[in-house]
Amino acid sequence: MRQALTDGLVVTWRNLKRIPRIPELAIFAILQSIMFVLLFAFVFGGAIPLPGGASYREYLMPGIFAQTIVFAAATTAIGMCDDINKGLLDRFRSLPMARSAVLSGRTVADVVYNAGILVVLMVSGFVVGWRVNTGIPELLAGIGLLLLFAFAMSAIGVWLGLAVPSVEVAQQVSFTVLFPITFVSNVFVPPQSLPDWLQPVAEWNPVSTLTAATRELWGNPNPYVGTGLPAEEPALVTIGWVIVIVAIFLPTGVRRYRNLSR
Amino acid sequence: MRAILAEGLVKIYRTRGAQVRALDGVDLEVEEGTVLGLLGPNGAGKTTTVRILATLLRPDAGHATVAGFDVVRQAQELRSVIGLSGQYAAVDENLTGRENLWMFGRLYQLPSAESRRRAGGLLEQFDLADAADRVVKTYSGGMRRRLDLASALIGRPRLLFLDEPTTGLDPRSRLGMWDVIRGLVRDGTTLLLTTQYLEEADELADSIAVIDHGRVIARGTADELKSQVGGERIEVVVRDRADLNRAEEVLARDGSGQWTLDEHTRKLTVPAIGGAAKLMEVVRDLGEAGVEIDDIALRRPTLDDVFLALTGHAAAADDRPGAAA
Repeated sequence: MRQALTDGLVVTWRNLKRIPRIPELAIFAILQSIMFVLLFAFVFGGAIPLPGGASYREYLMPGIFAQTIVFAAATTAIGMCDDINKGLLDRFRSLPMARSAVLSGRTVADVVYNAGILVVLMVSGFVVGWRVNTGIPELLAGIGLLLLFAFAMSAIGVWLGLAVPSVEVAQQVSFTVLFPITFVSNVFVPPQSLPDWLQPVAEWNPVSTLTAATRELWGNPNPYVGTGLPAEEPALVTIGWVIVIVAIFLPTGVRRYRNLSR
Repeated sequence: MRAILAEGLVKIYRTRGAQVRALDGVDLEVEEGTVLGLLGPNGAGKTTTVRILATLLRPDAGHATVAGFDVVRQAQELRSVIGLSGQYAAVDENLTGRENLWMFGRLYQLPSAESRRRAGGLLEQFDLADAADRVVKTYSGGMRRRLDLASALIGRPRLLFLDEPTTGLDPRSRLGMWDVIRGLVRDGTTLLLTTQYLEEADELADSIAVIDHGRVIARGTADELKSQVGGERIEVVVRDRADLNRAEEVLARDGSGQWTLDEHTRKLTVPAIGGAAKLMEVVRDLGEAGVEIDDIALRRPTLDDVFLALTGHAAAADDRPGAAA
């Protein structure tokens, strides 16, 4: 147990070291999100009036935070796949280290990385007019929920990175899956505007519940509340999703790691 | 004590319905403190064998003990006493050389200070001290290989696996790598080395096992193997196709085995014992027989020759062994 912890920390250190060494990765992750903020705030913002004249930018930002965290799963998958292809995972697997360390080190580093990106994004959100209208505890609770979800997304990314044969495939699969997840949600548009059959998907989508939960926590507009459990308890449903995702993807990821035969 | 004992190792890869029998009953024995060269072409099963012995793959049949530990049931104990350096330099290119070594030392469960101390020593030993604090991305191919090897050594393994340590290196880096490996052997490290080059196995290994299609087809010292293939080779390129028959008669008489002909290049090759003196004799006899030649050369037997002699088919290696010379 102690070994799992120290080995995990060594691998976390290694994964965090690469951030300043390849600053482009973090810079473009942030730029991409800022671009989304600007695009939606200035291009779609005027075309999507919110009931009661609520601020679209305040409505938008929690969704952008969620989207950024979802897309970070692609970075995880690509990084994991790269480690396999470069033979680094073989080296790790030949060492007398804890079998969980490569995966725990990756997910923990991802949570730290996401926390950093969130801070930068929140500052830029503040600049374009996003505000937290409640208090510090709610702000922290919202961040906590986002990072919890980042951990779940990272578990998916690890699993995906171990499952696909190359970095290119990891990239393609990630974006094919991640785009619908963020767009079939309440992030940019009201779910009620979707076709009937798609509405329950959007309502139960963890990205929707995460976004709704942070909007409510921070007193940002969340005008399109549906009915049922995801509408009434978005935070609890999000936590439920995190538990389900981690329970499925982390053990399967560890099993894949142990049995890698490439 | 035997450092490595493998019996009847079988490994079958299943991909998209197709089955490939990568290992088809490999037996190996390596005595402590000796070097075994595992020689064979691409796809012969060298890397698969190493991966099983280094606990990265489970065999489908057979068993193996390394340093007294069973490779399947005692994998974790075994990992503490082995070092693996592979075909691809498996180091983190976003870390510096020193950081890489420190990290691998920590993961060998060394205390941080001890890991740092050993990293410093290895960087000196492998001539990487000047580049120690540079990111590995900036290293040359040879430097990466040396760092990779140093990474495999930081746990002071009793047994070292080197999977094609010089493949892809330029001739100068290759010679440098040989020096490094010879140094390790002098210090008494038990070594299993895979290679496509007979010359490399000859240079570094105490004994050689030749592997083809997942089976060990011959074993012995380098000299034993070379005598099996009938010594050196004389190659003659005949100027005029019409002279081929007469040239063949000369080579049949002077050579120590069956000649082979490459029609396209008009090149005749024959095993020969006797070195330069024999070469002179062939030149004289060809002259007396009135055969005009474009080129004649004496060369050492290559992996291709060993394969041809042992299996009757040529080794299907991408890399021609001549590059090692």
